[in-house]
Amino acid sequence: MTAVATREKIQRLQGFLPSVAVLIAFFVIPLAIIVVYSFMTKGPYGGVIPEFSLDAYRKIILQEQLDGSFRLNYPLIVILWRSVFLAFVTTVLCLLIGFPAAYVIAQQSDRMKTLLLIFIMIPFWSNLLIRTIAWIVLLRDKGPINSFLMATGIIDHPLSMLFTNGAIVVGLVYVYIPFMILPIYTSVERLDKSVVEAAFDLYASRFQVFLKVIVPLTMPGIIAGCFLVLIPSIGAFVTPDLLGGGRKLMIGTLIQRQFTEARDWPYGAALSAVLLLLVIIALLAQNRAGRRKAG
Amino acid sequence: MATSTRKLTRFPMFGTITVLLYVFLYAPISVFILFAFNDSNTVSVWSGFTLRWFGVALSNDALQKAGTNTLLVAFSATIMSVLLSIPAALATVRPGQSSSAPWFLSLVSLPLITPEIVVGISLLSFFTLIGLDLGRGNIIIAHTVFCLPFAYLPIVSRLRSIDMGILEAADDLYATRWARFRMIVLPLLLPGITSGAMLAFIVSFDNFIVSFMVASAGGTTLPMYIYGMAKTQITPELNALSVIVMMVSLLLLLIAYVTTRGKLLNMGSGT
Amino acid sequence: MYRKLTIAFVLGLAASAAPAYAEGKLNIFNWAGYTPPDVVERFEKETGIDVTIDTYDTNESMLAKLKAGGGDFDIIVAGHNFVPLLRDEKLAQKIGLARLANYDNLKPDFIKPSYDPDGDYSAPWQGGSTSFLVDTAVYDKPIDSYETLFNPPPELQGKAGMLKGAADLIPVAEQYLGIPFCTEDPAELQKVLDLLLAQKPNVKVYSGGASLREQMVSGELAITQNYSGQALRSRRAKSTLSYIYPKEGVQTWQDVQLIPAQAQNYENARKWINFTMQPDVAAMISNHAGYANGIKGGDAGMKEELRTAPEINIPEGIPTKPTETCTPKGNELQDRIVTQLLQ
Repeated sequence: MTAVATREKIQRLQGFLPSVAVLIAFFVIPLAIIVVYSFMTKGPYGGVIPEFSLDAYRKIILQEQLDGSFRLNYPLIVILWRSVFLAFVTTVLCLLIGFPAAYVIAQQSDRMKTLLLIFIMIPFWSNLLIRTIAWIVLLRDKGPINSFLMATGIIDHPLSMLFTNGAIVVGLVYVYIPFMILPIYTSVERLDKSVVEAAFDLYASRFQVFLKVIVPLTMPGIIAGCFLVLIPSIGAFVTPDLLGGGRKLMIGTLIQRQFTEARDWPYGAALSAVLLLLVIIALLAQNRAGRRKAG
Repeated sequence: MATSTRKLTRFPMFGTITVLLYVFLYAPISVFILFAFNDSNTVSVWSGFTLRWFGVALSNDALQKAGTNTLLVAFSATIMSVLLSIPAALATVRPGQSSSAPWFLSLVSLPLITPEIVVGISLLSFFTLIGLDLGRGNIIIAHTVFCLPFAYLPIVSRLRSIDMGILEAADDLYATRWARFRMIVLPLLLPGITSGAMLAFIVSFDNFIVSFMVASAGGTTLPMYIYGMAKTQITPELNALSVIVMMVSLLLLLIAYVTTRGKLLNMGSGT
Repeated sequence: MYRKLTIAFVLGLAASAAPAYAEGKLNIFNWAGYTPPDVVERFEKETGIDVTIDTYDTNESMLAKLKAGGGDFDIIVAGHNFVPLLRDEKLAQKIGLARLANYDNLKPDFIKPSYDPDGDYSAPWQGGSTSFLVDTAVYDKPIDSYETLFNPPPELQGKAGMLKGAADLIPVAEQYLGIPFCTEDPAELQKVLDLLLAQKPNVKVYSGGASLREQMVSGELAITQNYSGQALRSRRAKSTLSYIYPKEGVQTWQDVQLIPAQAQNYENARKWINFTMQPDVAAMISNHAGYANGIKGGDAGMKEELRTAPEINIPEGIPTKPTETCTPKGNELQDRIVTQLLQ
């Protein structure tokens, strides 16, 4: 490498420095403490005792039954699958709703764009819990939606919408939709109108224009959006708990329980470590696949 | 502009979906705004119109303190996470380079992936271990950390959408990198920065678990207060409070818009 | 540029650092809505001490926070079954209760109670029972047993709600089955799990007390497990709701105040506890929260409606069993049950 290139490389890395410093000091190190916890023994009333133990990891694989026997921890896989699946459905829905909306907003005049986006944000300056409770009120058997459907004769007894997986997805989409819309918007907004115009002349169908021109050009925004929705919703805790009726554990709820009711911090730490590992692996794999395609 | 309307009609379903989106967004809001005026103790059965809950909310000292705490923390964390993200985004997306620093993406995503209870307990244990007690500063640090990915990603994706040719041309035009940044990059980046800031703000504003763990006495934030109340008494006071908070946020935004002549909130490319 | 950033960062932190605590402060850590503002105001006026209130949503979150080293509180309010735990983990310290001026106001039950044999780690706050309520508009036949809750008749099927903490869910099952609280016998535990699993298809929601109350009032649920105070509030909002005292008995609990080991304002905390042991103050707390207090003469100031409320007055002949602090092993077994129930 030439001297100029090396200097440039160092200058470039400097940009990362502040963020990396903050993240390492105030995230990685604390996280390391937690990972260390996962290898310790659980304290009798929560916390950890500094004695080495692999119990937490054993628990991930083998679940101890009431009578002391051990069984393969299938339920954990079910819980994990449930969380990932719901998060996935949420992401897809957010994308299907978010992209068109971002696209339409980007077509407006500058003033309208800002206004429309602000109107998307306003609902989110209330609290998450309040918004979730509002959905409970909307979706319940005697709520406005059911009342309306019954009054107009479309159904004759109330649809049980609340406390179902569907309710969880609705809630999650509601919570995460701005995280999809805003990143996509910043990409769509940057679309060169003349390129799109040219594409319309070139391709026969709108669908082709969309697929072959618009999507690839806005891909950075789409990926950012999907990322900001999928990842947090896997570990989501409050919304599934309230809207799902607390009847089925999700991975977020399970981990939360370990640090509170179950008083098993090492197990909670181990579960988190494994979850983190899985996601990082998926991330890196996806990145490699992306680069291979591009290169 | 004729071209815009033509594009709109090219994807007709898009318009419908957008309208439905706003209906979807505002349906629950309308419900809970309505119940802020409910003349009874519950938030689900309507009993008549009253303004008293606003009075209760406004005279609730603890609530006001929580509100102030929350706004302070959210603003600080937003500003810090955006300030940290901009150089990182610039370092990620460079003209003439194919790599995009995936290691940084993984690092900055860690707070996203980690369950909040873990973030909360790890930070609290860490702060206790090193004896760091900056009061509100502790919460702000915690919030900055998990707001970082939300600020970073929109900025990066916006940057990626900018034609690198512009940056190269700017290199020729301006002598210093700072000038190039200020004159060309920053204005183009502004919608991404604003997006990032808005997301970071929401994330900080909604956060409960991490705040709960890390807060010192007297540091209760709004979400913490609301969560506590939701477990013991869900009354329209909460709704009234949320309406007030939304109004305040709207007001602040309006002030920001007017005083910067729309520049700060400009989500249009302006080109 | 980076220098500017670092400076901004450091300045930002410095500006937000809280000032050191001055004298004359009191930091209370309690459930939300449980510390009556009028009581706080009166205390502040009488003593000149500045009170801050922070809240938590469950005993468990409070414990997790204390264990991780957090919180510089002077008063914590917790369930009675947490007292032995907080004492043994050295998270709470002695109050010097007997030396307080109002010590003699304590009802005899609260002097050296079973959960606090030293009688020096806790002072009573509010107490009540846990049972279940029914919407008599949906089902009006007389109920005298938990059988109705665990095996609902057709009108109530699919409309049940249960509290979601192991500390509430398991004792009610144990009381119904006649099994001792905190049992560690695998066979008995299996019975509890089987009972709860059999009930689950009828349970729409596992949630917290306030949320269950909302659902009862809105008609989404028709039979729910809940605390006496929540039941009282539910009945106020919807008069057809009735709190049931089953023949198997109800679980009783007592929320207490403790002084954490790391309290910075120890003497102020003692002043506060002394203050709450005045009968008129105790009555104010009861009126606000809707539960019974532990002070002699504390009934006198209670609102009439409260004093005669069925939720406060347990009928003669109904067994009352205070919930217990399980051993760590017992707690673990309980957690296993709940995990298996909800997985």
